[in-house]
Amino acid sequence: MDFTAVLAQIKPKLGCVADNLAAIEGEIIKAREAGADLIVFPELALSGYFLKDLVPEVALRIDSPEIMRLIELSSSISIAVGFVEETDDYHFYNSALYLEEGAIRHLHRKVYLPTYGLFDEQRYLARGGSFRAFDTKFGRFGMLICEDMWHLSASYILAMDGATTLICLSSSPSRGIEGDSLGSASAWQKLTSTTALFLNCRVLYSNRVGFEDGVSFWGGSEYVAPSGESIIRGRLLEEDFVTARVDEGALRRERIFSPMIRDENLFVTMQELGRIAHERGR
Amino acid sequence: MAGLHANTELLRKLLVGFVRDEVRKVGISTVVLGLSGGIDSALVAFIAAEALGPENVHAICMPYKTSNPESEAHARLVAESCGVNFSVLPITAMVDAYFTMFPAADNMRRGNKMARERMTVLFDHSALLRALVLGTSNKTELLLGYGTLYGDMASALNPIGDIYKSQVWQLSATMGIPAEVIEKQPSADLWAGQTDEEELGFSYRQVDELLYRMVDQRLTKPELVAEGFEEDFIDSIYSKIQNSHFKRRLPVIAKVSNRTIDRDFRYARDWGK
Repeated sequence: MDFTAVLAQIKPKLGCVADNLAAIEGEIIKAREAGADLIVFPELALSGYFLKDLVPEVALRIDSPEIMRLIELSSSISIAVGFVEETDDYHFYNSALYLEEGAIRHLHRKVYLPTYGLFDEQRYLARGGSFRAFDTKFGRFGMLICEDMWHLSASYILAMDGATTLICLSSSPSRGIEGDSLGSASAWQKLTSTTALFLNCRVLYSNRVGFEDGVSFWGGSEYVAPSGESIIRGRLLEEDFVTARVDEGALRRERIFSPMIRDENLFVTMQELGRIAHERGR
Repeated sequence: MAGLHANTELLRKLLVGFVRDEVRKVGISTVVLGLSGGIDSALVAFIAAEALGPENVHAICMPYKTSNPESEAHARLVAESCGVNFSVLPITAMVDAYFTMFPAADNMRRGNKMARERMTVLFDHSALLRALVLGTSNKTELLLGYGTLYGDMASALNPIGDIYKSQVWQLSATMGIPAEVIEKQPSADLWAGQTDEEELGFSYRQVDELLYRMVDQRLTKPELVAEGFEEDFIDSIYSKIQNSHFKRRLPVIAKVSNRTIDRDFRYARDWGK
């Protein structure tokens, strides 16, 4: 079905869960009033990104009052949002929730926690262990958190699991001032477009803005059609409220024109990956 | 060289956004900076004026009696062209009062004292004006250690610390900084006729080409030699970076507890902002 998605390009405050929750609620209400069906927030929207030792202080259980409040708000609009999750065994995950009709439809825990360059996630956070597609009012979705998308296998698994829409929640820092556009932004734009094109999936990419200790996040949230074409893109480095009209017909037509996913041979892939795993294990 | 060529439009947006965001998020709207008459502080003044409005930027020129009078004239010209508040506060009396006790002090000690005297003036104005002190050291000087620790290297926020001198020139040319400030020989102006490039023994353009490849691109020494850099030049720059690294770090703390500041007590400075 056709639906309207809002990509909430916000500027979370570092370590201030209550303030961020209030800002998120404000965006949800605004999106609902604008008639949107789904709102997608960035990675760690409830906490900010460079948390370091703040991780346990900002972590929320999925039955916490803050998450319960968001679940309640999802009765009128579907919500994808990123936060630090605390579990019963006191592990802390960089997680994303998909909330719909007053319930949790899916919880994704970031699998690929980067530790290179300016990143240090795996020092503070536990690693997620799965990629699963899930059913929503708008079809079958897959969720990725930022670095997850840089691993081809992640999007591939979700597409094989039947996802036709990939949601990516991101906190991508700006770097690279040499080219025509920002280095990290062009790299991501190639990635979202190529992923959509290879997997005949649409991509809803929500990236934050603002600065943390001199590092900026570039925004540029976008909706990429299954053809790889960027349909709408948010402003660079500034807050934005990107409203994307998602057209079901475009997905159907693309899957007729380029049925690569239909023709994908999961058996060959499994057989070869099994062989490689076996050989590496020896 | 493509790498050192900056997209100035994008760079300007990033640096103006940086000053606006990082100043305002701590509940402050004003900044103070030292304006020397040189290009680095001129660029920072222009960036700050664009970010916060010129009325919220206080530029202070702090000449010593041996400073070239042209420096003050250029500082004034910069302040007038970007519209920021401008004042002149000579440091001669304070510096000379100290050195009456050490009349034999050499140029280095005198230069460091001047840089630190200026720092105390700026941080006093930080309290007076409820303003954050903006740093004006570029990436080239920071990497080479060509600055005074707790002197000109001290600041609350530095918008230009990740751009090389060559990129300072590029951005300045697009921001309306007066041509005479862009075109003159860079100088610390600690004594008459001093120029940075003569003191360093190489040109900024030359060393920026090397630093960009060595630091940003992480080329190995054989790769740098293959690109035409002299081995001695590579070695001497490598040593300068290594030997000045202490200037780019907090003081070393003796660890005795389980949570030592900055080692296993780690928080971003923007904690709660």
